[in-house]
Amino acid sequence: MSDHSTYIPGNAVEKWLDDRLPVVRFAKEHLMDFPTPKNLNYWWTFGAILVMCLGVQIVTGIILAMHYTPNVAMAFDSVEHIRRDVNGGRIIQATHAVGASMFFAALYIHIFRGLFYGSYKAPREILWILGVIIFLLTMATAFMGYILPWGQMSFWGATVISNIFSAIPLVGEQIKQLVLGGFSVGNPTLNRFFSLHYLLPFIIAAVVALHIWALHVPGNNNPVGVEVKDSRDTVPFHPYYTMKDLFAMVVFMIPFAWFVFFAPDILGHPDNYIMANSQVTPAHIVPEWYLLPFYTILRAIDFNILFIDSKLGGVIAMGGAILMLLILPWLDTSKVRSGSFRPIFKWFYGLFVLNFIALAYLGAQEAAEPYTTLAKVCTAYYFIYFLVVLPVLSRIEKPKPLPTSISESVLGKAHA
Amino acid sequence: MATQAEHSSTNRRDFLYVATGAVGVVGAAAVVWPLINQLNPDASTLALASIEFDVGAIPEGQSVTITWRGLPVFVRHRTAAEIEEAQAVPLSDLKDPETDEQRTKPGHEQWLIMIANCTHLGCVPVGESGDFDGWFCPCHGSHYDTAGRIRRGPAPLNLVVPPYEFVSDTLVQIG
Repeated sequence: MSDHSTYIPGNAVEKWLDDRLPVVRFAKEHLMDFPTPKNLNYWWTFGAILVMCLGVQIVTGIILAMHYTPNVAMAFDSVEHIRRDVNGGRIIQATHAVGASMFFAALYIHIFRGLFYGSYKAPREILWILGVIIFLLTMATAFMGYILPWGQMSFWGATVISNIFSAIPLVGEQIKQLVLGGFSVGNPTLNRFFSLHYLLPFIIAAVVALHIWALHVPGNNNPVGVEVKDSRDTVPFHPYYTMKDLFAMVVFMIPFAWFVFFAPDILGHPDNYIMANSQVTPAHIVPEWYLLPFYTILRAIDFNILFIDSKLGGVIAMGGAILMLLILPWLDTSKVRSGSFRPIFKWFYGLFVLNFIALAYLGAQEAAEPYTTLAKVCTAYYFIYFLVVLPVLSRIEKPKPLPTSISESVLGKAHA
Repeated sequence: MATQAEHSSTNRRDFLYVATGAVGVVGAAAVVWPLINQLNPDASTLALASIEFDVGAIPEGQSVTITWRGLPVFVRHRTAAEIEEAQAVPLSDLKDPETDEQRTKPGHEQWLIMIANCTHLGCVPVGESGDFDGWFCPCHGSHYDTAGRIRRGPAPLNLVVPPYEFVSDTLVQIG
């Protein structure tokens, strides 16, 4: 797939440039002529939507940083200043805040698409692992960004999450102080989180570049999960997928714009409009919606496991829930990539999606019955899906017959 | 002889490679150390590490929350019933066994001084509530008794007693 350059410099300037820095050749190979399976459905457009989301966050973020003050005495007011006084600041701040939610919505759809169509399977393991790294970096960035407005949820979210470090045996308290720059969440914490919140998106952009590089070596997976066999299975990326992706982006921007213009605060928690107070905890601490499933797993472990206490156990479970994705390519060894041809897998996958939504719901509920028991059940299924269901299904499931080529699956046997 | 000289010069070069590498690693560590260490609490943070507080103004059965090292600290003037209840608990009932005497100062049993952050994930528990008449952390449902000891819920440890001394009958130095 990597040797398909048909680029011939069109004029003397292009020829001169091509011998020195072949960027035009690169763009032609990777953004225009790149042979892409012709059967990609709309779930595949979320890759391009995510690139757009990252761009929106970086641009709005750079502008917000020009007006924001990372100091505990002024941070809360400076955000209100942006929303009330800065020209157009209300829209820019809302776009950034809503943008985080939209980013995660697209990210989850992108991940669940990969989970269903087996996009993590050979030869795309590195591509998948880079994706998990992007997911982790994005969660860290979103978390640190949420601290910056210095509201009650910001402050207590930071306190709860930084306490995760204190769960580390022996050196936990020292590491927590190192991370916070003090004995508690304070000005040094806010300063460094601001610095890192500004830095991390650029690192994410770099890993995204690697992610796309790792995509362009084996080429795209596709809904039937059959490898590309010849040129009849593909179409050039431009104009076919550039236009399709653009259309999807426009559709995606409709709910995005609705939130920005009509309900910019609906995705956040009202308690964040109370300035941070280290003496009073909100009655009920919840993270942003996109971190809820993992928050549920964190607090589902309220019992000791052998010598591991409940606190460390919760942290291990939450970390494990994400790191589980890293070893997924070796847990699901089924030869068939696409879930469409795996009759039993489909049911367990559907249950996994519902279970994930249930985990998110439970994270927003208080720690009382029946939620605590349900949280344990859902957490258990999350791990069972990866550690039991997928390895066992790989052995016992009899997949439906695969089409012999992408072309055949699109056109039907008669035309193949 | 020539081969031996060649051989020994190869050895010397190997040694130089390893030695250079080792010096490089030490040098890199020496550079990285201050870059990491700057994250630790700075002098202005450490300067606030010790405070004095007069508990005399707190009536029996009431608590105040003060700030020490940026952390909320509960100072509770316990009632006789609360002290009795705390002392009556057998150690075998406790997840993190500590006697009431270990958590207070002799002669000052009515004063309970604790860092107010739940030992699970750091929320501030609500006083005079929960199933053990002490504190209840609504975030994840940890119940503490009248000596601030964890009795039920996900928190692994008792509420932390900071280092403190009674300077006079009512003046406490914390930190």
